[in-house]
Amino acid sequence: MKIFATLVHTLGSSTGSNEKLAALAHYFSTADDRDKVWVIALFSGRRPKRLVTSTQLKQWCYETATLPDWLFNECYDTVGDLAETISLLLPEATATAASLPLHVFFEQLLALATATEEEKKAYVLQQWQQLSKDECFVFNKFITGGFRIGVSQKTIVNALAKSVQLDASTIAHRISGNWNPATITFEQLLSATAAAEDLSKPYPFYLAYALEQPLEEMGTAADWQAEWKWDGIRGQMIQRNAELFVWSRGEELMTDKFPEYQSLTELLPAGTVLDGEIICMPPNSKEVKPLPFAILQTRIGRKQVTRKQLQEAPAAFIAYDLLEWEGKDIRQLPLAQRRKLLEQLIQQIQHPVLHVSPVITFNNWQLLEELRTQARENGSEGLMLKQLHSVYQSGRKRGDWWKWKIDPLVIDCVLIYAQKGHGRRSNLYTDYTFAVKDGDRLVSFTKAYSGLTDEEFAAVDAFVKRNSLEKFGPVRTVKPELVFEIAFEGIAKSSRHKSGVALRFPRMSRWRKDKTVDEINTLEDLRQLLLQYGK
Amino acid sequence: MALLQFTDNGLYCPDGDFYIDPWKPVNKAVITHAHSDHARAGSTAYLCHRLTKPLLELRLGAHAYQEVEWNEPVFINGVRISLHPAGHVIGSSQIQLEKEGEVWVVSGDYKTEDDGVSGAFEPVRCNSFITESTFGLPIYNWQPQAVQYAQIGEWILQNQQQGYSSVLLAYSLGKAQRVLQAAAMVTDHIFLHGAVANTNDVLVNAGITLPFAKRVTASVTKDELKKAVVIAPSSVLDSPWLKRFTPYRVAICSGWMQVRGNKRRQNADAGFAISDHADWNGLLQAVKATGAEQVYVTHGFQSAFSRYLQEQGIQAAEVVTQYGEAFETDDVPSSTQEQQP
Repeated sequence: MKIFATLVHTLGSSTGSNEKLAALAHYFSTADDRDKVWVIALFSGRRPKRLVTSTQLKQWCYETATLPDWLFNECYDTVGDLAETISLLLPEATATAASLPLHVFFEQLLALATATEEEKKAYVLQQWQQLSKDECFVFNKFITGGFRIGVSQKTIVNALAKSVQLDASTIAHRISGNWNPATITFEQLLSATAAAEDLSKPYPFYLAYALEQPLEEMGTAADWQAEWKWDGIRGQMIQRNAELFVWSRGEELMTDKFPEYQSLTELLPAGTVLDGEIICMPPNSKEVKPLPFAILQTRIGRKQVTRKQLQEAPAAFIAYDLLEWEGKDIRQLPLAQRRKLLEQLIQQIQHPVLHVSPVITFNNWQLLEELRTQARENGSEGLMLKQLHSVYQSGRKRGDWWKWKIDPLVIDCVLIYAQKGHGRRSNLYTDYTFAVKDGDRLVSFTKAYSGLTDEEFAAVDAFVKRNSLEKFGPVRTVKPELVFEIAFEGIAKSSRHKSGVALRFPRMSRWRKDKTVDEINTLEDLRQLLLQYGK
Repeated sequence: MALLQFTDNGLYCPDGDFYIDPWKPVNKAVITHAHSDHARAGSTAYLCHRLTKPLLELRLGAHAYQEVEWNEPVFINGVRISLHPAGHVIGSSQIQLEKEGEVWVVSGDYKTEDDGVSGAFEPVRCNSFITESTFGLPIYNWQPQAVQYAQIGEWILQNQQQGYSSVLLAYSLGKAQRVLQAAAMVTDHIFLHGAVANTNDVLVNAGITLPFAKRVTASVTKDELKKAVVIAPSSVLDSPWLKRFTPYRVAICSGWMQVRGNKRRQNADAGFAISDHADWNGLLQAVKATGAEQVYVTHGFQSAFSRYLQEQGIQAAEVVTQYGEAFETDDVPSSTQEQQP
């Protein structure tokens, strides 16, 4: 545990990705194999189910530290991380026990899954008394939310590649899918046989960067395939041995969320893996035209899909690539060949929820540029460009695939509420709520957290600290003065928001220091955008 | 009439007709310590501790300064004024006012742990106590200085072993002198940024003993700087001034480094939570030791700290001041020597 806590400390304080990589690679070459499996599980989002609620943890902490609950909350708002707040508030460890290996902690946590609240509490309090501050922080991370500490899965994969004799894309594939860190060994996890035995195992997704150069520099238009860029959930549909699996890009198994896909189990030949987009469509729609993302979002947010949802917004799958065919991994075939097989397959199946992503015909770049302007009317968020000879790579790579999004919609509005951020933004007001005008009133309509530079955030933070009007828990109401341009990708009707609209991916695109609050947009402007683009 | 009032110019004593740490120019200013948010230019006359005087001259230029020693009372218009060590930085003082048996103490900034250079914080009993609250949340509790110094020493030695220079970022007045002592425990290969060197020169002139360190000037060669310790104000972070020390690692020395998020958003390799302000337990201990019936809480987490004091049965109110706003800046002039070719 000590070694792992040191690793987390090093990762948290190193500035360069090379240093992080070196620290991880060192860890993977020296640590106990059983610990390594858990580290991979943690960093790839396979943390065991949470043992206790954050409310319980908070309560145990302020009882132990003899502090009032409101003061605990003040501290939490400032630190921005529950696990860290607790480790800072607890008294120094009194009993020093020998540091146990990492995997032992997880065995203990798993064993406690069915324990009573008292038993859990006794265990947690005992650990708090024994662990050093760094270890305590890591321990709290295990038993609370996610384990995000500024390390990407890509870095983990690369670090593993450095310490075992395998290339990064093979590792990315082997550590994906369904495996249980409590039962698998490090050797099994990285072995080829285990990968073959797991029927559900997805391939690592190939992701594109945003287009960086002018189209004229991309070479001959005839070498490229263009498709609409769909705004749904990137997914992999797998049929192996008469079983169907649907994975999201976040490596979440979502098969049960989409009963519409079940009938494909018999229709798809065994040994088929499709890459595509999960979307919602209007019922009985023949052409590919997705409903706004917000509708899909409400569907996946529910444990059980309702009958009404199934009727009004059935899910469809827009396939754009074929990764496995007749049980063979065909990712190394050129796109043109994979596409031909894909089209044949979908043609044969003729299933109403399975579509092939239409290819956009264009013979020169200028035409494509014009077509791109129709993207929003098509229910898409831009274009995808793929080299016809490209193989299917792992992870985000430059060169063969590019995404070319349409320019976002924008609206000018004023900052009215601010809240402190989390992680590296702790103790800084970085989470904002914005309003538009409605006559003399200001109506809040969106939150945004990103888009400003560190210097700009620092300046807004200073403004908030000097101009807060009222305090509601962690939220400050701010003198309505700072005007921002908010960029967003889409707009939909929403009954949950006062303004009646919900924005897709809002962020601050510009700080309009040249504008005053009198010059911002109105609620009516938002309604117009909703009429134009909300369907 | 209260002995002290909170006005737009700062803390005002109507009976004595003087201000304490005013943020606007006034006739008579009593100064707790030489940091820029407490000592501002433009007033006609200043009263401060003997060791604060040369620092004010360095920062504010020539003015009418009157110096006093700790526990050496002076009277202004019948108000008794005495200065008492605040333990914050060299020369820093709490200011006690007394008239007709009513006693007020203005703490300025303070820390309760004796750092060995700033003078040990002296609890002063009073009726009304004005306290800072820079780190007034229970998440801020410091390691003892010996432990912090050992951590800094370890970091320096590790960098030397790996062929790196160690750049330690610290306030030129206060933290820099402490970090210098920490570094001097493991090495004598230490360089100072002009702002720190100027401050040290003034302190040495005033009779303070500091470990030896060289000033970084244009004539210092890259070879001399190899694996050196460099002490500089935080304004050099991300500036080309640091280039000459390549390869180097940077550490920020500040109480804010207690929280990981603050560490992570700075472009630094390490952070040491070492502060010249009292931590949570220090603040509570100091407030209780005054025995004050009324506590006023200024700059920092004043609303949380005053509410907590009230729940402990201590009369407390928060007061908005203009102190503490410049905690990221450091305006000691860094001299022109190093800019010359």
